[in-house]
Amino acid sequence: MSVAILQHGDYLIASIQADLTDGQVLELRDTLADRLGVHRIRGIIIDVTAMDVIDSFVARSLRSLAITTRLRGAETVIVGIQPDVAIALVQFSLNLEPLHTALDLDEGQALLDRWTTGAGRGAG
Amino acid sequence: MVVAIATDVDLVRARAEGRAQAVALGFTRTDATLIATAISEIARNIIVHAGQGRIAIRGLQEPERHGLVVVAEDDGPGIRDVEAALQDGRSGRGGFGLGLPGARRLMDEFEVVSAQDAGTTVTMTKWRVRTRLELLHARRSPGG
Amino acid sequence: MDRPADAPVLVRRPSGGDASLLRELVAYLRDSRTELREEWVRRITEAHLLSVMTPDEIFSEVTAVYDNYVDALETGSVETLQAYARDLSERIIPRGVETHEVLGIVLLLRDVLARSLFVRYQSDADMLNRILDAYEPAANRIAVTVGVSFVEERERVIRVQEEAIRELSTPVLQVRERLLILPIIGSLDSARARQLTEQLLGAIKANRARVVVIDITGVATIDLTVANHLVQTVEASRLMGASAIITGMSSRIAHTLTDLGVDLSMMRTVGDLQGGLEEAERLLGYQADRSDAGRSASGD
Repeated sequence: MSVAILQHGDYLIASIQADLTDGQVLELRDTLADRLGVHRIRGIIIDVTAMDVIDSFVARSLRSLAITTRLRGAETVIVGIQPDVAIALVQFSLNLEPLHTALDLDEGQALLDRWTTGAGRGAG
Repeated sequence: MVVAIATDVDLVRARAEGRAQAVALGFTRTDATLIATAISEIARNIIVHAGQGRIAIRGLQEPERHGLVVVAEDDGPGIRDVEAALQDGRSGRGGFGLGLPGARRLMDEFEVVSAQDAGTTVTMTKWRVRTRLELLHARRSPGG
Repeated sequence: MDRPADAPVLVRRPSGGDASLLRELVAYLRDSRTELREEWVRRITEAHLLSVMTPDEIFSEVTAVYDNYVDALETGSVETLQAYARDLSERIIPRGVETHEVLGIVLLLRDVLARSLFVRYQSDADMLNRILDAYEPAANRIAVTVGVSFVEERERVIRVQEEAIRELSTPVLQVRERLLILPIIGSLDSARARQLTEQLLGAIKANRARVVVIDITGVATIDLTVANHLVQTVEASRLMGASAIITGMSSRIAHTLTDLGVDLSMMRTVGDLQGGLEEAERLLGYQADRSDAGRSASGD
């Protein structure tokens, strides 16, 4: 399996282990969207540390997941974007909003914690 | 090295091949990533618009610089308006929107030859200027 | 290196007795070590070679090279000499010893030894020829070995220095945990801007930085390509989870950027470095105890 998904409290953590085919990217997106509703998830963290390439297809898929997630009251954080992958992404000048980013799993979790327990949020 | 493109698995193979060749030619990790990403875009273009095709990747060695050339060919319906397809922000259905202009921005040279019903050929190149030290070593050991 | 036209042409013979000749040669060079070594030092001083070294230093290096040289003649193996030459080069390159000096002293030793052989065997032309036949190829090989070792060591030093200069010209400083400063000084071209972006992103990862302050006080002018690089650097930092603050933007550069149509709204800019650091501290504290989900959501 190229993606390990585990639930940690109110969060879903998807850890991508290797380069994904387009089909696997869509499968991941749909799986996460499905589990969102079932488990009352408040945040999704996608760890892309192992991804050597994030092209426009992957970026758009992640973005559409983030939009879906937000409509259902949760936030999506992408963690572990590598320096050279970040450079490739900005050269595309893709609009990645509303994707949030953090350095690694710990930071991503801290970011979600602040939103879900902080002022104005967390009631969901 | 030619990679036949027909499914999304081939796409993964094509970008891995591009990265490996880029590294072998002495490109930095960042450049290798840009090349692999550009290959990914044009390979997907083949699948979406022509169904199948092939991508040839080879090195170019010039005295002052090394290059990596990617040629993507398909026998699909072709692109009616190449200029428009290369424009930014033209997000056509499933397609050209980001792929071609995105790949173009990641590479140094980019050329599209296409005609209606006559297939499409995308040729793109990235260059790496060789350093003074590298040139010195090359002079001392011919062929290096 | 052709012989002058009027010089006598030496007859080369098949080298049957090479081994015994070399033995005799080596024994002679060991016996005459003191005089030959002194003659060599004298010639080095006379030619003003190794002028950055003291006479004592020259003498001790010369002794070691002489002994290694004779050993190499004896064994036919240049490895020990090569190792010594590399080690010597490593010590003398930082002191400014040049390639021509090293080649010069090796060739001088060759001359000093050849001359002494002429003197010793002058009464027996045939023996002299045979001794030189044995000596010359070995001596040339040794000279080439020492010269190449020095040049290679020099190249290595240059490579290390180039690396150091590249890093020095765009230092990424960690001010405190999670906070980096990148002061940019001098002119920015596309290649340097690119390299700078890669360095900054690498540092964000290595230091787990949350905020980076990019200070461009020292940048006089900026063009569209570099401006776009700057925007991309800020965006790439964000993708890695770090907020970027630009400080020290002169009004001239700000005007240029606006005229060029660069979108500054995406950038967090603060007047000077001090203000930027305060903003960074605030951001670090702010991120720790308040939600900014509402704020980022409004950016859609």
